[in-house]
Amino acid sequence: MSTAQSLHQSRKRKNAVMMALCVIAAGIGLAWLALILGALLYKGLSGVNLAVFTEMTPPPGDAGGLLNAIYGSIVMTVIGIVVGTPIGVLAGTYMAEYGRFSRLTTVVRFINDILLSAPSIIIGLFVYELLVRPMGHFSAIAGAVALSILVIPVVVRTTEDMLNLVPNALREAGTAIGAPRWVVIRSVAYRAALSGIVTGILLAIARISGETAPLLFTALNNQFWSSNLNAPMASLPVTIFQFALSPYEEWQQLAWTGALIITLTVLGLSIIARSLTGRREDR
Amino acid sequence: MTAVSEAATSSAMRTREATVRRFAVTDMVFRAATRASAILVLVLLGGVAISLIAGSWEALSKFGFSFLTTESWNPVTENFGALAPIYGTIVTSAIAILIAVPIGIGIAVFLTELCPRPLRRPIGIAVELLAGIPSIIYGIWGLFVFAPFLQTTVQPFIISLFHGIPGLSSLFAGPPYGIGLLTSSLILAIMVLPFITSITKDVFDTVPAVLKESAYGIGCTTWEVTRRVTIPYTRVGIMGGVMLGLGRALGETMAVTFVIGNAHRISASLFAPGTTISATIANEFTEADGNLYTSSLVSLGLILFIITFIILALARYMLLRIDSRTGA
Repeated sequence: MSTAQSLHQSRKRKNAVMMALCVIAAGIGLAWLALILGALLYKGLSGVNLAVFTEMTPPPGDAGGLLNAIYGSIVMTVIGIVVGTPIGVLAGTYMAEYGRFSRLTTVVRFINDILLSAPSIIIGLFVYELLVRPMGHFSAIAGAVALSILVIPVVVRTTEDMLNLVPNALREAGTAIGAPRWVVIRSVAYRAALSGIVTGILLAIARISGETAPLLFTALNNQFWSSNLNAPMASLPVTIFQFALSPYEEWQQLAWTGALIITLTVLGLSIIARSLTGRREDR
Repeated sequence: MTAVSEAATSSAMRTREATVRRFAVTDMVFRAATRASAILVLVLLGGVAISLIAGSWEALSKFGFSFLTTESWNPVTENFGALAPIYGTIVTSAIAILIAVPIGIGIAVFLTELCPRPLRRPIGIAVELLAGIPSIIYGIWGLFVFAPFLQTTVQPFIISLFHGIPGLSSLFAGPPYGIGLLTSSLILAIMVLPFITSITKDVFDTVPAVLKESAYGIGCTTWEVTRRVTIPYTRVGIMGGVMLGLGRALGETMAVTFVIGNAHRISASLFAPGTTISATIANEFTEADGNLYTSSLVSLGLILFIITFIILALARYMLLRIDSRTGA
């Protein structure tokens, strides 16, 4: 009896220890998030002022802003999204609608999943070999192309997943009233899956707006205002990289402020994306 | 009368035929466009492979297999070897995974078994938000906040703790720079933690309730159910998640570039600065002069591409196996 009791006790104790460890693990996860965001807010907020959004990146040792970097980031992100989204949505459409059970879909899904988590610096090297080397110089176009290649797998994945969730009865109803396939896809399937597809695009924006590695040797950087797509262009992440590793205090401060801007943008986009799909699930 | 109505019907037929034909053509065009886009995804990955091979040809044909086994990396004498970056990449990723896996599984257990229901979603989202933070943020945080902290408090303590113990004393030999292999590993662990957590949580959710309930029914504790039912049932899926995290860690660039120290040497100490494949490319590519230098960096990229491709393919294969089982 006493051995049974002590066995029971030891099992209970072991359980309590392991569960406590799990709680601690969750605590560690949340603490990291708090630590990083706390440091960002603490160091970044003190540098936020109007000049950040109205002045160009300064020469070493001078005060200035991040206007050209913010502009460059927005331009390249927009081009990346505009180029990448249609390709991604169409590819996802093929996989969920026309070729749902085809061999090609299985292969594309596999390759797409690999592209999705492939190191982004590899994409940078690819675009360098593809565009920068033949053109002979770094350019904003090359940067935007690199970003669009990162957009495609994200959009393909969410589009396919969301279209697969559309009930077949809806499609059959469309076909029954004589609508051809592409009309059914456009006016029934896309509409039903719209919020999911938009979520995918938002997640893609969130991903590329913080990407640094693929821009390092495609768009390079530019200390001055440039709206020429055929020339090197500044971007927020690359500017942060350059400024943070510099010995100048003003630059480091700007790097922190830029980091805060990017993080808030990215977190904001992810939260909006999440709330879009969250509402879907509740319904 | 009949002639008129016949004519009307036949013209209606004609327009209907024309419409149907038009529909068929547009449908074919749309189908072709979607198919072409799907094929483009394949072409992209093929293009990446081909361009990397083409770009690394010069270096690989000059150095041959010894590129993989040479430690020296000397731009002046144009003698390049990939051993130090490969070593750094593998060591930092391995340590990161060793740290992140137990914590990630712990959080997943917490979220599926222990967490009060109303807190489940917010905490899950918070952990996943960690995954969305751009890597450059981890880098700048690691360089300015985390590395100084390690340098002034943790590292001196560990160095004095293991001083004189054979093996450990050389593994944790100092001076405490703050930056180095261990710092990079810790940052990488934080970065891959959300991936491992969310996939582990997802596969934990695939365990049929009846399995867990029967274990609880014969009096198992929560830990015993997790250890004997949930984890064995989801082993393949967890491995897939771990591989996915490993793929991330291997290719992670910016965060590591900030805190690794970029030193092309292999040291026994984890406190010493080192380098990884991606950090080397990020640091040196734009400054590389000479075709051989550039080509050697692209070769590093090719090696990284091959390693991550294999790891990610394994990860997908394992996750597919879990999917097909729950589908059946």
